[in-house]
Amino acid sequence: MTDYACQRTPASRALVPPLPVAVFFVLAAALASLLWGAGPVGAVEALQVMTGQGSEEARFVVMELRLPRLATAMATGLALAIAGALLQALTRNPLAEPGLLGVSGGSAFAVTLAILLGASSATMTTLVAQAGALAGCALVMLATRSRGLAADPVRLVLAGATVTGLLLSLTSVMMLADQRAADEVRFWITGSIAGTSLADLVAVLPSMAVAGVLVVIVASPLAALSLGERAAMGLGHRPGRIRALVVVAVALLVGGATALAGPLVFAGLVVPFIARALAGPDIRKTLWLCLPIGPGMILVADTLARVIGAPAELPLGVITAMLGAPVLLIIVRSRRMPAL
Amino acid sequence: MSHSSARTPDNVPDQPGLAAQALSLAHGRYPVIKTLNLELPQGKVTAIVGPNGCGKSTLLNGLARVHVPAGGAVLLNGRDIHTLPSREVARQLALLPQDNTAPEGLTVTDLIRFGRQPHQGFLRRWTEQDQAILEQALAAADLAELADRPLDTLSGGQRQRAWIAMSIAQQTPLLLLDEPTSALDLGHQIEVFELIRQLAGQGKTVAMVVHDLVSACRYADHLVAMADGEILARGAPSDILDPDLIHRLYGVHCDILQDPADGTPVLVNLRKSF
Repeated sequence: MTDYACQRTPASRALVPPLPVAVFFVLAAALASLLWGAGPVGAVEALQVMTGQGSEEARFVVMELRLPRLATAMATGLALAIAGALLQALTRNPLAEPGLLGVSGGSAFAVTLAILLGASSATMTTLVAQAGALAGCALVMLATRSRGLAADPVRLVLAGATVTGLLLSLTSVMMLADQRAADEVRFWITGSIAGTSLADLVAVLPSMAVAGVLVVIVASPLAALSLGERAAMGLGHRPGRIRALVVVAVALLVGGATALAGPLVFAGLVVPFIARALAGPDIRKTLWLCLPIGPGMILVADTLARVIGAPAELPLGVITAMLGAPVLLIIVRSRRMPAL
Repeated sequence: MSHSSARTPDNVPDQPGLAAQALSLAHGRYPVIKTLNLELPQGKVTAIVGPNGCGKSTLLNGLARVHVPAGGAVLLNGRDIHTLPSREVARQLALLPQDNTAPEGLTVTDLIRFGRQPHQGFLRRWTEQDQAILEQALAAADLAELADRPLDTLSGGQRQRAWIAMSIAQQTPLLLLDEPTSALDLGHQIEVFELIRQLAGQGKTVAMVVHDLVSACRYADHLVAMADGEILARGAPSDILDPDLIHRLYGVHCDILQDPADGTPVLVNLRKSF
């Protein structure tokens, strides 16, 4: 065995250096997302607006379009990052993704069904997507619970993948039936926050607030669960209840994020991975770091989505996939996969 | 080290300690332990021994309220352990299970800090007292120099000492260990057993499942010999161990000598048949 004593190990790292850096990162990303967009209002003009000057048109673009979008992007990024970190800790799988709980599949199915039935208002979609997310998650829970195996994270993931596959193929069938629905769904399913309003954000805030309370309650017991089922029980925790609370929190968070932005690939996978690389194996520290890194990543991705193809916009989901996939590949190739 | 029980409501238990009363335990439909009675002697080390599959780990998990009884009860200080809040039990009883895991990179200090969780409220954070207890636990398990090392870089014996240190930090009068030395070589086994003896010397009541009968005899005050879910014999090792008991437990014949140093029974001339 080599001498590890002189190595810097992730676990011994404190939160102090990475957390302020990450907060600075999210602030910079927020500023950038206000300064640049797909439209003609540039950085200088946007700065003028922020200091109380600038034209009426520029003011509208910055305050009424970019600012709400900034809020939506931050909420989406926060929810996906926290949900990913929770799910990875719960399943002890560093590659677990929020979508595995059947959440994204349920959302896509519900939104498609609603559009097929004639719905099109954006606010309507928000609530439908969130209801679908919870229903998809409940279906996965049901599939595992009926065999009395809810305690088994591997089966949870298997059931999640199965239910997701089923829901997505049903979604495809519905899209074949109606061309108009297919176009709308295709836009939604790529992931974008271009069309969202503050009303959408307000619609999902209550469920995200509930999830936030659950996360605060469950963080320490979940950390103890990483020591093993019996060890956690020996410390006075109840693993079944911890798992149930985590699953509800993840469903609420991903349901909210998916309702806002569609199913965004990789965001909930990569951010917790980076947070853990910086903060070590303790889920509580990982969660702290996810708070700034998650919103920061989505802000950067959304700003890029607006700027790269200006004056047209790329879908946010394309950017998160294009940013997320290489990051993940680098992580997978450069170091041993950490065991959780 | 004295155990603090100031935070538990029943400071004067009518029946201190841990006992099984007509306890039955089952794995699903299969009964493992049938109406078993057992009381752990206070301040002593009890070793539970027996052949594979005799139910000794199940019994330990039952005593630690991790396995829910099919019948009877486990009494902690005279009260049914399953009627007590799990956190309150965790201030009285520490468990070192066999299926421990630790996330990669978790340090010795990180692990021991978990031992304070039963004493921490929702808003009560890490205090100076917690820090003092952490340092005591590190010192007791002789781990002060390894405090910041990740568990996955330690030897098996050091790692097991770190887990025991976590239970020391839990500051419970009772400690249950499930095969604490099963994967360790001879030197590391002795290292762990001596730490356990040291804890009993400080007044802890210890129960452990031990695979190796000779070690059990050497390090336990009280032996519980089980076969097929029942207790065949219990008492001081030198009182109860005889060739007949060995044969009923393991189906082998042997002679028993005494270790000239301390009188511990030693098995020799082991064979399947005469």
